[in-house]
Amino acid sequence: MIPPILEMKHITKEFPGVKALDDVSFQVKTGEIHCLVGENGAGKSTLMKVLSGVYPHGDYVGEIIYEGQAQKFRHIADSEKAGIAIIYQELALVPELTVYENIFLGHEIANGFTIDWNETIKQADEMLQKVKLNVNPEAKIKELGVGQQQLVEIAKALSQDVKLLILDEPTSALNEDDVENLFSLLRDLKKQGVTCVMITHKLKEVIEMSDSVTILRDGQAVITLDAHNGEVNENALIKHMVGREIENIYPKRDKKASTETLLEVKNWNAYDPKLGRKILRDINFRLAKGEIIGLSGLMGSGRTELALSLFGNPDGYEIEGELLVNNETVEFGHPEGAIASGIAYVTEDRKRNGLILIQDVKQNNTLANLKGISNRGVVDENAEIKVASEYVVSLNIKTPSIEQTVVNLSGGNQQKVSLAKWLFVKPDILILDEPTRGIDVGAKFEIYTIMNRLVEQGMGIIMISSELPEVLGMSDRVYVVSEGEITGELAIEDATQESIMKLATVS
Amino acid sequence: MSFFKDVQKVLKQNIREYGMFIALFVIMAIFTITTKGIFISSRNISNLLNQTGYIAVLGVGMTLVIVIRHIDLSVGFLAGFLGAVAAIAMEFWGLPVYMVIPLAMAFGVLAGAITGFLVAQLGIPAFVATLAGWLIYRGALLVVTEGTGTIIISSDAFNALGNGYIPDFPAMGFLPEMHKLTLLLGIIAIVFFVMSELNSRRRKQAYNFEVLPMNIFVLKLVLTSLLIGGIAWTLAGYNGLSWTVVIVLLVVGIYHFITTQTVLGRHIYAIGGNPEAAELSGISVKKITYTVFCSMGMLSGLSGMLFASRLQSATTTAGTLFELDAIAAAFVGGVSAAGGVGKVTGALIGALVMMSLTSGMNLMGIGIAYQYMVRGAVLAAAVIFDVATRNQGK
Repeated sequence: MIPPILEMKHITKEFPGVKALDDVSFQVKTGEIHCLVGENGAGKSTLMKVLSGVYPHGDYVGEIIYEGQAQKFRHIADSEKAGIAIIYQELALVPELTVYENIFLGHEIANGFTIDWNETIKQADEMLQKVKLNVNPEAKIKELGVGQQQLVEIAKALSQDVKLLILDEPTSALNEDDVENLFSLLRDLKKQGVTCVMITHKLKEVIEMSDSVTILRDGQAVITLDAHNGEVNENALIKHMVGREIENIYPKRDKKASTETLLEVKNWNAYDPKLGRKILRDINFRLAKGEIIGLSGLMGSGRTELALSLFGNPDGYEIEGELLVNNETVEFGHPEGAIASGIAYVTEDRKRNGLILIQDVKQNNTLANLKGISNRGVVDENAEIKVASEYVVSLNIKTPSIEQTVVNLSGGNQQKVSLAKWLFVKPDILILDEPTRGIDVGAKFEIYTIMNRLVEQGMGIIMISSELPEVLGMSDRVYVVSEGEITGELAIEDATQESIMKLATVS
Repeated sequence: MSFFKDVQKVLKQNIREYGMFIALFVIMAIFTITTKGIFISSRNISNLLNQTGYIAVLGVGMTLVIVIRHIDLSVGFLAGFLGAVAAIAMEFWGLPVYMVIPLAMAFGVLAGAITGFLVAQLGIPAFVATLAGWLIYRGALLVVTEGTGTIIISSDAFNALGNGYIPDFPAMGFLPEMHKLTLLLGIIAIVFFVMSELNSRRRKQAYNFEVLPMNIFVLKLVLTSLLIGGIAWTLAGYNGLSWTVVIVLLVVGIYHFITTQTVLGRHIYAIGGNPEAAELSGISVKKITYTVFCSMGMLSGLSGMLFASRLQSATTTAGTLFELDAIAAAFVGGVSAAGGVGKVTGALIGALVMMSLTSGMNLMGIGIAYQYMVRGAVLAAAVIFDVATRNQGK
């Protein structure tokens, strides 16, 4: 029997306040496709960062045995040298450089001190053929689609004699054709003896592609399943991923349909001058008092752009169409106006554009409504403390103090601070963009409970989500967005994962 | 024993905040020893503070510019140019001082608005936009002083800004050698400081927040009171409080209030911390950027007048390198180049540190060449310290 290409033994990695990996052991057989699955925050990416040397040897506890030898990678360059390549969700290519320059970036073909461009282009062409990518190697990366860029990344890995290829959520930004392409390439590579670890949370892909599956949950390796023994199926995967019956996650609420319309969007179109193309086409939908509508669709389908275009249009799209709030036509020039009209938008990326990470809980809590705690422009710090203390209690934010800097909080608690900030503006309409991304199951349940409480008080919630169970579990109605258009509206009774997926992939 | 442990712990947790005070203290102590006490003499300290004035004022404005992740290189020659404009307004246009001062500051606001337009509206990097300003204002300064060369300022009231001292009570035989109003102001400042500290401590305790242990709190009160008292005593031994110091304290006081207590201040730090999050929170990044550059321009006008008043004239080279001194003062004072962090009081301390180095080394007779090197090293050390302590404490 061939020995495993990789064994990670008893890996423990701690961050301040969190144990990201807790005694994880992980084994990959030579020549297989091994899926690493788990919910957001289960520790998948951390494990791969330990492997690749992003977290250097000594920063973690445990042992890495690769090709039969104990390894002490101190830097990505070390693991690359050993033939391990990681392709991240956010592609690491330089957009302004050409395809061939990118493929050989960092290991240029040189005669002494000067680069041999002819040889570079020739070899780049060979690599591109290997990944079946039919583009001009002299094209700039920014001219390529996301799927093509990913193939360039794989070509780059192949040019370095990769033996173990790790793909982090490779399909999250791809359309169906690109996914099919990628998978057939992975199968080819497998035949050529390249071992592949694929991090994903799309169960279909796991079932389709994997030889074995390791499931991580809350920083621990729960189980490794062998596809050849028929152990890999949806039920088993879900069971091990969540560790509980799936129904429990979504708290029940009394659904009271209201006829009072809070927000209505008519013939809404948006053009992004930066991208130079239309991003939203003829969007029509409405939100009633006391309901949650799910805005489902794949990443990049235009859901976030839709939310931002409604919320004061901070990215400067050119907009046509009509927006009615409480049956009155409104136009916003800045998020300030949207907030004043009772709309709040909780971003999908709290670290990038949600929170001020270097400020404390109370300052973040009051940022969007400083008027509410100030008198003639002077902030009343006592009022601020009162407000923040109340939200810490009512949202159950776990923090040592309201003077704690939010960068030190866990993802779930950061999300709650972000939510608290927007609840303090006392909105009628709450737009939640991926409200439970990157937070643990317990915190998810709490967020769902809070959402239920809010709609029972009469708020209307627009929930943007890529997690289908979440959409199905929480919404009263579902709109599906695909390529900047609403491709369907489903009553919750008619909505299934399949029906939503079908609409989401219409093009 | 536990007292020293407490002190250690508090120092460790607040090393960023206290670091520059300690640095200033150490620098002053060293110079006092090496100059056999001349450095700490009333006359020298009074001089030192007056020289610090025009840089401290710029440093305060620069702190806010850096907090919102920009830079302003134009302020030096803008200050020089506006100082010259003030001189011309008085000498050639015959405007009275009480009109000239707001006029020069208003021109400063206008200049700031132009920078703001380039940076916030057109999206030009501040470094480039203000480098252009640096060249333009340098040229403008040369143009307005072309015909006359140095313009001598004859207004005593204006010259008092940089050279005059606040009046004293009529002599009553009590402490004849001392400036009594200065002493009185010092005592008022101490009382005010102690009261406000007690107040804030009581409030924090009411909310069960962490406060300094009692003994350390008392130590802090005593040390700070001694410091204020010491400065007042020292200044009272010469001519008392100068108008420059009064102006600087006013500027720092107003800006400290704005940055720590007002909505505007919160918006500035929010933008510095995360401009995208601030924008989505309904804060207009554009408006705040305009505001901060306008304030910088206004302070440039003030700084230019302080300098012109000190020299009692507007010169063709006024303002040379002020911008770099102001940036250095801001960084030594703890502003972070990453944005969102930095206090205006820090800029004052930073300016004092840099000026103490100059003054002390001058007294020691160290050549200008070495002075530059030492100041450069101190600036580098301050930023290294900042980076090293960035993620400590809370």
